[in-house]
Amino acid sequence: MSVVSVERDVDSLSLTLVAQFDAPIERVWQLWADPRQLERWWGPPTHPATVEQHELAAGGEVTYFMTGPAGERSRGWWRVTSVDSPRSLEFTDGFANHDGTPNAKTPTTAVQMRLDEHDGGTRMELRFVFDSSEHMEQLERWGAFEVFPQSVGQMDALLAADANSS
Amino acid sequence: MVVDEVTDEEVDRLFHALADATRRDILHRCTGGEPSVSRLADVYPMSFAAVQKHVAVLERAGLVTKERRGREQLVRTDGNVVGRARQILDELEAAWRGRVDRMADLLGQDA
Repeated sequence: MSVVSVERDVDSLSLTLVAQFDAPIERVWQLWADPRQLERWWGPPTHPATVEQHELAAGGEVTYFMTGPAGERSRGWWRVTSVDSPRSLEFTDGFANHDGTPNAKTPTTAVQMRLDEHDGGTRMELRFVFDSSEHMEQLERWGAFEVFPQSVGQMDALLAADANSS
Repeated sequence: MVVDEVTDEEVDRLFHALADATRRDILHRCTGGEPSVSRLADVYPMSFAAVQKHVAVLERAGLVTKERRGREQLVRTDGNVVGRARQILDELEAAWRGRVDRMADLLGQDA
């Protein structure tokens, strides 16, 4: 049994995924903490990942590229916001330009990962939230408000939330 | 940072565009169809030119595009924004289901 549940919230563009693994917590943590193991699951088989930088500490960065069937590379990065080994990891995940610098035009995702002992194995909870300060996503949200005009008043709340989080 | 300034400017334009009730109403009508500017002008107690100005503000904010068809100018919006949000979540979910499966496979190889 792997994926136990998936919950999604279209309004807040967030997703929570819970998985159960038949392995001790320290072992599951290694899948994240060891760059050579991370490479073996991060990219799909058609686009294997190569992790270049891997600094799992608050403020640290992980950089990687994925290589497609025709040799094309797409680059990505994490900015690590908090680490509590072997229990939790939080980072922002984004795309990068070819030179490795963060691509400001594509959305970023805030990822919260938690591991807990459960049923003799490990339960992994992943929560993803699209960065609310990102321009394209705001556009989409505000567009969504227009579909539901009664929600327009929430724009102020959103803006205030952005101001607090930045 | 220059990038932030550009974004701020865009955000300003968006909020300016959405701060007006008529413009929000125009946008709402565009999600349900592609009204022409002259048809919109019939709906509101204001001149054709005034409606055209509102549409131009929405256009600058990237919320609508205008398309000339015959003698009419049709206003359309990138309508299915909720659908787009769902699509983003679909892609994210599919990507992570794949990742979780691969993690389980790796853990299975230990045994």
